[in-house]
Amino acid sequence: MTEPLLRVDGVSHAFGGVYAVREVDIDVAYGELRAVIGPNGAGKSTLFNLVGGQLAVRTGAIVLAGTRVDRLPAHRRARLGIGVVFQGARIFRGMTALENAMVGAHAVTGGGFAGAVFRLPVHRREEREIRQSAREALARVGLAGWADRPAESLPLGQQRALQVARALCGRPRLLLLDEPAAGLRAAERDALARLFEELKTSGLTMVVIEHDVAFVTRLADRVTVLDLGRVIAEGTPATVRADPAVVAAYLGTGVHA
Amino acid sequence: MREFLQYLITGVGSGCVFALVGSGLVVVHRVTRVVNFAQGSFAVIAAMTASTLLASGLPHGLAEASAVAVGAGAGLLVGLVAIGRPGTPPGASLIITLGLAVFAYAVEVLIWGDQPRSFAGVPGAVEFGGVRFQAHYLLIIGATAVVFAGTAALFARTDIGRALSACASNPYAARVVGIDIVRMGLLSFGIGGALGGLAGVLVTPIQLVTFDYDVTLIVGGFAAAVFGGLMRPLHTLVGGLLLGVAQSFVAGYGNAAYQMEVALVLLLAVMMRQAARAPAAEQEPA
Repeated sequence: MTEPLLRVDGVSHAFGGVYAVREVDIDVAYGELRAVIGPNGAGKSTLFNLVGGQLAVRTGAIVLAGTRVDRLPAHRRARLGIGVVFQGARIFRGMTALENAMVGAHAVTGGGFAGAVFRLPVHRREEREIRQSAREALARVGLAGWADRPAESLPLGQQRALQVARALCGRPRLLLLDEPAAGLRAAERDALARLFEELKTSGLTMVVIEHDVAFVTRLADRVTVLDLGRVIAEGTPATVRADPAVVAAYLGTGVHA
Repeated sequence: MREFLQYLITGVGSGCVFALVGSGLVVVHRVTRVVNFAQGSFAVIAAMTASTLLASGLPHGLAEASAVAVGAGAGLLVGLVAIGRPGTPPGASLIITLGLAVFAYAVEVLIWGDQPRSFAGVPGAVEFGGVRFQAHYLLIIGATAVVFAGTAALFARTDIGRALSACASNPYAARVVGIDIVRMGLLSFGIGGALGGLAGVLVTPIQLVTFDYDVTLIVGGFAAAVFGGLMRPLHTLVGGLLLGVAQSFVAGYGNAAYQMEVALVLLLAVMMRQAARAPAAEQEPA
């Protein structure tokens, strides 16, 4: 097997002596859409925060395209290509949707202070390119018509799409999403599913943390199932669905082999 | 009428200085949520530095510019101490800036003594509407206009400006788009230092500056900044001008001893009105 894009290697994390994530190993191949599912309290969000850099990794390693990232702060990981979409509406209030997307480009631009202050030609060209790529990203997630609206005025589904656009502006190698379908209406879910299909076709690698099993299993190449902090199953959606341990974890009964 | 115009012009001049100090407070607060009580010290340090450099023979312009750079450096230093350690709560940082402002007195007295300093500004006088006033006022007004336009453009139209605003709006989300929020915070302190420094070198030719002049500046600047909820630069400019003109009229038609009281009353009135209106829209907890 070739080197995976993302390797989570023996990662554990405890809150006050209780393990939320325990010795988790996950390899995500280039171009893969990986779903990470599990019942409440399985450690999904903890894993999301460990990979994104919102929580410090104390045990284990996280490797992105051959580079250890687990000791790096979140902003350095973003610059190495980890794009993050939160479940909550973590958008930039007081800015328009377009400006929100433009901020995302900070992960790839240097953002030189001198260039900005003296309005150097190179800065003006960069600024045009950022605006252009932000418009494209908004169009990609279906927000072309919302560009000049204040970000906080967008409905929840659009705010999440805006986070995707913002992440895309940073040209991520890996897009990490925490329960992207949570709280969305049926039509919004369908739109989100179509967006994932499109992003996958374009070659983007995605890790989708999801509580809603039906939503992701029809999109994912492979599914990792967490329960009580451990990986209890991994494979194609069909094999995972048939796995008795998974059924047991979701139904909360004992394991019957 | 001539008196009115005279008071108006001097009021606008000192109002510009308050607005500059206030905008330094706003830039730092927008990005870091810290109220920087050392903001007035940057002005005093820059004023003293400029007077020393001019006395040692450096030409006008170069001396003032160097002094503003020293102000920016002082800002960066205060920033390093106040927010350099990631995770310092804004309240703790505020107390640190207050402590550093007091510490700055000791440094200033040690280097420059406790005597007031001054140096010449733009020479000559200008006549306008039958009133003669120092040409230096034109420099103060012009420089303030340029600085406010420039800061507005920086925040609205540059990547670095958007990154600075993003820190203020949602530090949690700012990190995941690759923004180093500590570095942005330090940058804001540097900009604040430069703005304070500029206020200092502009005010010295029309006002003697002593080591404790920062109190006057921080009270006036804070009143101006609060006018814009410590967030909006343009409101800060308006607030600063209103304060400067109000003080000038009180001093001109009434008693010059009440200038500080004017600032404090304005500050109190604005704060009470804002507190009554609504709890300000806050960022979501990170």
